[in-house]
Amino acid sequence: MSEQSNWKEFSKGLFKYNALFVLVLGICPSLAVTTSLKNGVSMGGAATFVLVSSNFIVSIIRPYVPREIRIPCFIVVIASFVTIVELMMKAYLPTEVNASLGIFIPLIVVNCIILYRAESFAYKNKPFVSILDGAGIGLGWTLSLCLVSGIREMFGAGTLFGLKLSGHYEPASIMIMAPGAFIVTGLLMGLFNWRKQRKSEKSMKVYMKND
Amino acid sequence: MTNNPPGGTPLIVSSSPHMRDDDSISRIMWTVVLSLLPAGIAAIFVFGYYTLFVIGLCCFTAIVTEIVVSLLKKQAAFAMIKDGSAIVTAVLLAYTLPPGAPWYIPVVGSFFAIAVVKHSFGGLGNNIWNPALAARAFLQVAYPVAVNSDWRFFSDPGAANVLKNIARIGENGSLIDAVTRATPLAKETGAELYNFSQLLIGSVPGCIGETSAIALLAGGLYLMYKKCIKWYVPVTYLSTVFVLSIFLPPRTVTPWANNPFYHLFAGGLFLGAFFMATDMVTTPLTKKGMIIFSVGAGLLTILIRFYSGYPEGVCYSILIMNTATPLIDRFTKPRLYGSKSKK
Repeated sequence: MSEQSNWKEFSKGLFKYNALFVLVLGICPSLAVTTSLKNGVSMGGAATFVLVSSNFIVSIIRPYVPREIRIPCFIVVIASFVTIVELMMKAYLPTEVNASLGIFIPLIVVNCIILYRAESFAYKNKPFVSILDGAGIGLGWTLSLCLVSGIREMFGAGTLFGLKLSGHYEPASIMIMAPGAFIVTGLLMGLFNWRKQRKSEKSMKVYMKND
Repeated sequence: MTNNPPGGTPLIVSSSPHMRDDDSISRIMWTVVLSLLPAGIAAIFVFGYYTLFVIGLCCFTAIVTEIVVSLLKKQAAFAMIKDGSAIVTAVLLAYTLPPGAPWYIPVVGSFFAIAVVKHSFGGLGNNIWNPALAARAFLQVAYPVAVNSDWRFFSDPGAANVLKNIARIGENGSLIDAVTRATPLAKETGAELYNFSQLLIGSVPGCIGETSAIALLAGGLYLMYKKCIKWYVPVTYLSTVFVLSIFLPPRTVTPWANNPFYHLFAGGLFLGAFFMATDMVTTPLTKKGMIIFSVGAGLLTILIRFYSGYPEGVCYSILIMNTATPLIDRFTKPRLYGSKSKK
């Protein structure tokens, strides 16, 4: 594998196959836990760790797993890592973060992003590339969670990471409530699509010019 | 294409449509603005000059947002302003705000109405919801304190008497300084506080543009006369509310609960029926569809007023029916001339 394609495997998860805005996967936790930047970062970090490790293990055990029972095997691998993450978070993270992430950490087991990467990438590729792929997709998801949760916390509470931004801000509480999640996610998705459209229009123009 | 046959009149060949009306977006929109004027003037008399500031701030933010968005979309900014739709949205939004709204409420609301509700769905003609109402619903959830309870009391001399009446209701005869309330429809109200002349003129608490029934009626009739709105939309809407408010048993029994006239004149029903439910973009296209729309809105209004936690249901009822509009349009599609009906 060349240097170029390794980088490609990693970077495709950031924008081109961004889990939240392009693939529209992992919507449920993205909407539910993004009430503050702290939650967004913790959720993204936890999922990225599970994604990288499970991609690695799945890709190692790939020759020994029969096709018929591959999904249960993935689930066992993912569930073990989720247990590790959950216990670690309970031990080292502040209580309020744990409380607000709540059920969504155990639910990483059935997070479609992780299953999707295990099934469509790690099960078909070598360990090193699988790690890169997991890290890319995970980081992309974490970044989009940070974006959504940052915007929501900024407008909905007037704070960022719990720090007050300005003394004279009247928080619009809708942003940290459920409708805010849909509005912010929808608008950002629209922004991504708009960018993609403009890019393809530009490349079309170049193509026409060369023609 | 003109063909000049030798010795005859020129024959003009063109494709349809052959008959044109001189209606245009800007003509209709400016007519609507004109018809909204009486309610605005009444509001300034009732609530004071601050309302003018709120309306102006709404318009200013709407125009600035419109310019920024049209620059982003690389469209002609001036043409978009000139069609007047932004002003109509801004004025309608201002009319649904409390008269003492702090400055950021009109700004945020106007921005949300134009940028998010209108332009992110594709601009004028493509929005699903009425921008002014959607922004009002957004503000109601975003700033619940400022929109629902922080009200300035009206400043006309007639109001003093009303104030005295309210003050007498204070517990065990003790006088309270002032009562701030969002609407005469508030369910905590023990007695029928406002008589019909007050409701007609508008010297009652409420949103900026919703209180004066007579001014709104004048504007609505002017719109009907100008054929900008169909008469059967407000009529069906109002009569649905009228009939249902007589027969349905309310959950919280208030003296005015089954008084149909009180339900018509208090609250935002006139504003909603004449100016929001008749919006051309977000309501059905056919006559049958429009009637289904207004009956549905009337039913929802009464259901919300009688059985929900909110005192007023006009805003949400129209928004919900806006959501159902594509469905209504599909079911009321008229038969093509010459084609057989499905049955």
